[in-house]
Amino acid sequence: MATVSIQNLVKAYGKTEVLHGINLDVADGEFVVFVGPSGCGKSTTLRMIAGLEEVSGGEIVIGERVVNHLEPKDRNIAMVFQNYAIYPHMSVRKNIGFGLRTSKLPKADKEKRINEVAAILSMTDYLDRKPAQLSGGQRQRVAIGRAMVRDPAVFLFDEPLSNLDAQLRTQMRLEIKKLHQRVGTTIIFVTHDQVEAMTMADRIVIMKDGHIQQVGTPAEVFHQPANVFVAQFIGAPSMNLLDGVYSGGEIAVAGRRVAVALPLPDGAAVTVGIRPDDLRVSAEPALFEGVVNVLEPLGAETLAHIDIGGRDVIARADGRAPPPVGARVYLAADTANMHFFAPSGEALR
Amino acid sequence: MADTQIRASADALLRARASARGPRDPAAVIRWTLLAMGAIVMVMPIVYMLSASFKYPYEMYNLNIIPKEPTAENYTYVLSDGRFYRWFLNSFIVATCTTVSAVFFDALVGYALCKFRFRGRYIVFIAILSTLMIPTEMLVIPWYLMSRTFGWLDTYWGIMFPGMMTAFGTFLMKQFFETVPDDFLEAARIDGLNEFQIWWSVALPMVTPALSALAIFIFLGNWTAFIWPLIVTNSQELYTLPVGLTTFSVEQTVDWELIMTGAALATIPTLIVFLIFQRYIIRGIAMAGLKG
Repeated sequence: MATVSIQNLVKAYGKTEVLHGINLDVADGEFVVFVGPSGCGKSTTLRMIAGLEEVSGGEIVIGERVVNHLEPKDRNIAMVFQNYAIYPHMSVRKNIGFGLRTSKLPKADKEKRINEVAAILSMTDYLDRKPAQLSGGQRQRVAIGRAMVRDPAVFLFDEPLSNLDAQLRTQMRLEIKKLHQRVGTTIIFVTHDQVEAMTMADRIVIMKDGHIQQVGTPAEVFHQPANVFVAQFIGAPSMNLLDGVYSGGEIAVAGRRVAVALPLPDGAAVTVGIRPDDLRVSAEPALFEGVVNVLEPLGAETLAHIDIGGRDVIARADGRAPPPVGARVYLAADTANMHFFAPSGEALR
Repeated sequence: MADTQIRASADALLRARASARGPRDPAAVIRWTLLAMGAIVMVMPIVYMLSASFKYPYEMYNLNIIPKEPTAENYTYVLSDGRFYRWFLNSFIVATCTTVSAVFFDALVGYALCKFRFRGRYIVFIAILSTLMIPTEMLVIPWYLMSRTFGWLDTYWGIMFPGMMTAFGTFLMKQFFETVPDDFLEAARIDGLNEFQIWWSVALPMVTPALSALAIFIFLGNWTAFIWPLIVTNSQELYTLPVGLTTFSVEQTVDWELIMTGAALATIPTLIVFLIFQRYIIRGIAMAGLKG
């Protein structure tokens, strides 16, 4: 196990800079998830940690060593790729043992290690099969096994669940989390799926356009988003955002006034964010009033798209008795659960 | 009643299917006729070669397929001529060495051009490709001058060196390596393999069909090569089979029956190679989008 420290990390392709000096410290044994939209730089960062991309500026420290100029094999890391990258011409046993090819361990010890890893991943019965004879989930386990067998200081996962179907993805998510709890190795995991990030991470690193937007626990990034981007990116469905104007301790928003003290001058524009979970459909007169446009039944609950004064917001309604489409409804929300953002996008409290 | 209706429907369906696939379908008739004509054009020379190898000289210029007086004397004569075995061996040595070398170097260069980013990569690739546009007949002169300068005339090396690495093979292998995802190579890099080991242990096994197809193309090409071996060799001990067979023709006469017999015998190894590896040849042609 090892810590990973990224200091002022820059990546440029020619004159185009894609990572703009990011800083991050990953604790020993921590499970950190990089999440963000395509092109945000998360995979590039991971590949630089792995040594598959050259560092244009800054430093990467694994354990106590600056690894900028070390070959991937000398960094004591292992990586699991999106398309598994298990060799189709080798059996599961050979694939898992491939990472030990250059090891000086005696053959018997290598065999023992392969069997141990296979047992942990419930792959013992499949050791002599070829990858083509395995399901997607089993292939992913082989890829993880090949990474595990070397007992690295850091595991790097590059969107490893993207190619799996929804059910298998949920299952593998749980398995990777259990695996982390069992082996305790530092993990850096890249995904574009915020649900994966929320369910697996000790800490989430949210990236956009080569910058880190926020680093925090799943609860922190959900309940205290640093800016509008994080607020919208984390949580499904996305946070509702309403434009308002601050004046005299109140915000005028969607034709209503919300009392709240903000460090803003009178007349300042402000964005009010309310998560769909915090917006309740009510029969009694409440903060907002609107018309139900669309219903998305999810079983236990129904997502109701409601038009409030020309703005479409999403609220969660009872799954058993949702309001009918076209109904005029009230929406209640507690000020304590609202988020306020300055025109620059930064959170105000 | 219902049974009769079902039977009538089934008969109608069968008739419709039969007419769609049967000889009365005009498109099928044209298709099969064209294919049959193509097959005849392709197969006729081989059939005539086999037929002629069993004929006496007086019957050589008759186009009958079945000889009037079939004889195996031509085979006895050719096989009892010690030179035939020597030429056969020479062809085998040349074709095998050239194939091993070309497959190795073509795959190596194709991999480097495909998977490494270096300055001038594109220019090197274009330069290699451009040699495909020059016909062998034009290359023979520089090859000959080179062989004379380095003392390679009338040697095995002299016969083999132009084919030890091929532009076609490099292009073919580069195209195939494009289909190998970089993740595989990067995974191996992280696992501690050096670049040669990655090429050998990871990349090559993933392009086996291409390697097999290339090996067959090159083997067949060198087995049947005529012009360059004819030019570069002087002594009969170094003749390859196609060159050696020409010795059956002298100034005034051509022993066609012996040439056809030698050619028929020379075809056997290529037929064996083709029968064993035909699926790779077909797959190789299909995947590369190239003609053989």
